[in-house]
Amino acid sequence: MIYVYVGIGGVAGSLLRFGISSLVGAFTVGEYPIGTLIINLSGSFLLGWISARYVKPKIIKPEVAGLITSGLIGSYTTFSTFSVETVKLMNNGNWLFALSYVVCSLVGGLMLVRWGLLTGEAGSRNEKNAV
Amino acid sequence: MIEMLMVSIGGFSGAVVRFAISKQLNAKSKSDLPIGTLLINLTGSFLLGFLWGLKIKGHMYSLCGIGFMGAFTTFSTLQLEAEESRRLGKKFVFIRYLTYSYVGGITLAFIGSSVGRLFL
Repeated sequence: MIYVYVGIGGVAGSLLRFGISSLVGAFTVGEYPIGTLIINLSGSFLLGWISARYVKPKIIKPEVAGLITSGLIGSYTTFSTFSVETVKLMNNGNWLFALSYVVCSLVGGLMLVRWGLLTGEAGSRNEKNAV
Repeated sequence: MIEMLMVSIGGFSGAVVRFAISKQLNAKSKSDLPIGTLLINLTGSFLLGFLWGLKIKGHMYSLCGIGFMGAFTTFSTLQLEAEESRRLGKKFVFIRYLTYSYVGGITLAFIGSSVGRLFL
C-alpha cells in the first residue's frame, strides 16, 4: 500500500518539477540550467527540514512520510537531469558554467540540507519545550 | 495536457521503482554506502544520457525522460544521506559517496549519450 502513496507523491513532485523548470525556462535566457538548480537546492532544504521536523520524531504516519519524502521530494529533485545538463555544458565548451553548476549543486545542496536539518531540529525542540 | 499526463505516468512509475529498489538494496547491503540511491542515480544518468543521445523528443521524452528518469533519480536524498554520514563522523563514506555519485553520474551520462548516438 505504501507504494501507492509513494507513486502519488511521485506524480505531484514530477509535475511540480516540470512546471517550475518550464516557468524558469520561459523567463531566463542562456544555457545555464538555473531551473534544475533551484529545484534541487530547494528540495534539499525541504527534505532536511521535513526529515528532522516530522519524520524522525515520528509525528506523521509512515505512509504520509513516504508520500512526502520518497514520493514528492524524491521525484521533485533529480540527479539524471543534473548529470546530462553538465555533459551538455561541457559538450558546448562552456567549461566555466559546467564547473560552476557542479560546485553550486554539490556545495549548495549540502549547505541547504544541513540548514534544513538544523531548522527542523530547532522546531522539534521548541515544540517539546512548549509541551 | 497530454504532456502533463505523460510526466505523471512516468513520475508515478519512476518513484515507485526507486522506492522498491532502494528498499531492497539498502536492507541487503553490508556497505556503509547508500548503495541503493547510488545505483539508481548512476543507472538513471546513463539512461537519460542515452535518451538524449538518441534525440528522443515529444511525448516519449516527457514520459521516459522528464517523468520516469526525473523521478527515478533523486538529488535531495543523495545530499541528505551524504550529510548524515558526515554527521556520524564517517568522513570516508561521505567523500566516497559524493565522488562516486558526481564523477560517476556525469561520466555515465556522457557514455550514455555516446552510445545513444551510435543508434542514430
